[in-house]
Amino acid sequence: MKQKYQAQIYVTLRPSVLDPAGTAVQSGLAHMGYTDVESVRIGKYIEVSLSATDEAEAHKQLDIMCDQLFANPVIENYRIELVDSE
Amino acid sequence: MKFGIIVFPGSNCDRDVVYVTRDLLGQPTRTIWHEETDLQDVDVVVVPGGFSYGDYLRCGAIARFSPIMKAVVAHAEQGKYVLGICNGFQVLTEAGLLPGALVRNRDMHFICDRVPLSVESTDSIWTQGYDNTAIDLPIAHGEGCYHADPETLDRLESNGQVLFRYAGTNPNGSLNNIAGICNEAKNVLGMMPHPERAADPLLGKADGIQLFKNLV
Repeated sequence: MKQKYQAQIYVTLRPSVLDPAGTAVQSGLAHMGYTDVESVRIGKYIEVSLSATDEAEAHKQLDIMCDQLFANPVIENYRIELVDSE
Repeated sequence: MKFGIIVFPGSNCDRDVVYVTRDLLGQPTRTIWHEETDLQDVDVVVVPGGFSYGDYLRCGAIARFSPIMKAVVAHAEQGKYVLGICNGFQVLTEAGLLPGALVRNRDMHFICDRVPLSVESTDSIWTQGYDNTAIDLPIAHGEGCYHADPETLDRLESNGQVLFRYAGTNPNGSLNNIAGICNEAKNVLGMMPHPERAADPLLGKADGIQLFKNLV
């Protein structure tokens, strides 16, 4: 019997990779007067609904999806949060 | 030499490459829709520029899973020639045929310009015929900033895999001013500049034609 799961995936640039979009937003914040902001990093948020036999299986599938498609391990990190939707 | 030019939904430089290989160089050339799976009749595969799959998620990330890509990887593994230009370079890094990744330009702008480059090594099929190693080629990209970890960069440099470097101001923030690299076996080349757009003397300088002539 398969369970339905809802995954929330956060993909962010690795700290060593320049994030020009984050830098641009930071300068916008500075223009607004938020001069104490030390850094801004912009990433992606992805929601996936899937069914799997158990949580471990769902996690395993999502890990592969992240490694192969959602994130590029050369430049990005990812974090998966799994919620049981039933 | 028979050329095969891959066409993804969103490719837009495919016909320019066909014009160079078929019309300027008189070589048999066919376009290959990304849903095809067989490349055995082709000697040189070109993955052209454009915006495959709308550049959604990351440039080249979705294209690398197109059916034809398995054949492109097999073609490269057999030591045959694969050239990725601009978006094609991004696809080849995503597919793991070339190391590193291409990220957003340092200054956030899409850059459309003609820039000075240096041919860093003539010890490759791609660059062997360049007598003058100071050349100009057009660039047109938003995500052309080459990134790789320090160990990979060291390896690229010590193996002579950096074939093209930006010679003037670094336009996009690429590490080590990298504009084009090849794999260790040197049969796979990826470059952000567009040699096919500088191949016909009618359009001004034609520093790009030599790269294609080298293959014939």
